[in-house]
Amino acid sequence: MVNNVYFAILLMALVTYIIRVLPLVLIRREITNRFIRSFLYYVPYVTLSVMTFPAILSATQVIWSAVAALAVAVTLSLLRCKLPVVALAACTAVFLVELIPFA
Amino acid sequence: MEQTRSRWFWRGMRDGLPIAVGYFAVAFALGINASKAGLNAFQAALMSFLNVTSAGEAAGIALLGVGTTYVELAFTQLIINMRYLLMSCSLSQKIAPDTSLLHRFLIGYGVTDEIFGISMAVEEKLFPAYSYGAIAVAVPGWTLGTLLGALLGSALPLRAVSALSVALYAMFLAIILPPARKSRVIAGLVGIAMLASAGLTFLVSHFSLTWFSEGFRIIFLTVAIAAVAALLFPIKEKAVGETGEVSADGE
Repeated sequence: MVNNVYFAILLMALVTYIIRVLPLVLIRREITNRFIRSFLYYVPYVTLSVMTFPAILSATQVIWSAVAALAVAVTLSLLRCKLPVVALAACTAVFLVELIPFA
Repeated sequence: MEQTRSRWFWRGMRDGLPIAVGYFAVAFALGINASKAGLNAFQAALMSFLNVTSAGEAAGIALLGVGTTYVELAFTQLIINMRYLLMSCSLSQKIAPDTSLLHRFLIGYGVTDEIFGISMAVEEKLFPAYSYGAIAVAVPGWTLGTLLGALLGSALPLRAVSALSVALYAMFLAIILPPARKSRVIAGLVGIAMLASAGLTFLVSHFSLTWFSEGFRIIFLTVAIAAVAALLFPIKEKAVGETGEVSADGE
């Protein structure tokens, strides 16, 4: 059983750090295999997509403010607005929609 | 060289700023949970500073709250955070091959979903200073958010927390959508990944498959979809980390 919170925190940190650092330390040259290169090239797009949707829909107090944030973020991203602008606009959209009193 | 380094550091800080804001909100909520689970504010902040992982910490806090074993705690972190292994593999190809071991150890600390996202959005080869800049603003946001969440509890109006909590998702969209406009393959990939994610999330909650955690869903879908895409649409040579016009060879 866990009886020392500090040890628990350190253990969690250690496991997480090893996962993060291992590939960076072990893979020290450019990979030439075309399949692996392609795979790693596609990883960020798939991961970020999977993490964003549908999670964004349940991030706020009501779903409609999340839908508004999603619409605003998608539109501004496609218009190539800068990162902070997109983030701020999405937050504002949530705030404004949640001001509307719902039945 | 000195100038290049500070320019990359500033660039990392600039891109890391929206992350810090988003982190603050998420960490605030995490801090509230931590204090409910019996951790004091210092322990909560220490956990955030050392772990820097929302899903992993949330799970850890939940386990600590109900009582757990060290083995269970370590294993949970392994499963939930395994996606960082994939991200670090990608990142290992994004940095210059001659990046020193010390830099690799330090960059590794900051491999979070968000810092990874902005790092991969950089068009050139990545300088370690960029990661340090992002870490320098994002980690304080994360740690401070947790600390204040644990200390102040629910003092921040719910409406403000709600608004801030979409910041990170909006940022992800701003990272993946511009390239999707240029490439039909990436556009298709983004659409398919989101649909599959929604479908799987529905199945998991509908059949109450509690063992199928969020972390596992992310790894499973990433490996499956990226592997199929790599088979069907192998990239042309020299597409990773370089755009053609900008070469990182001349440092």
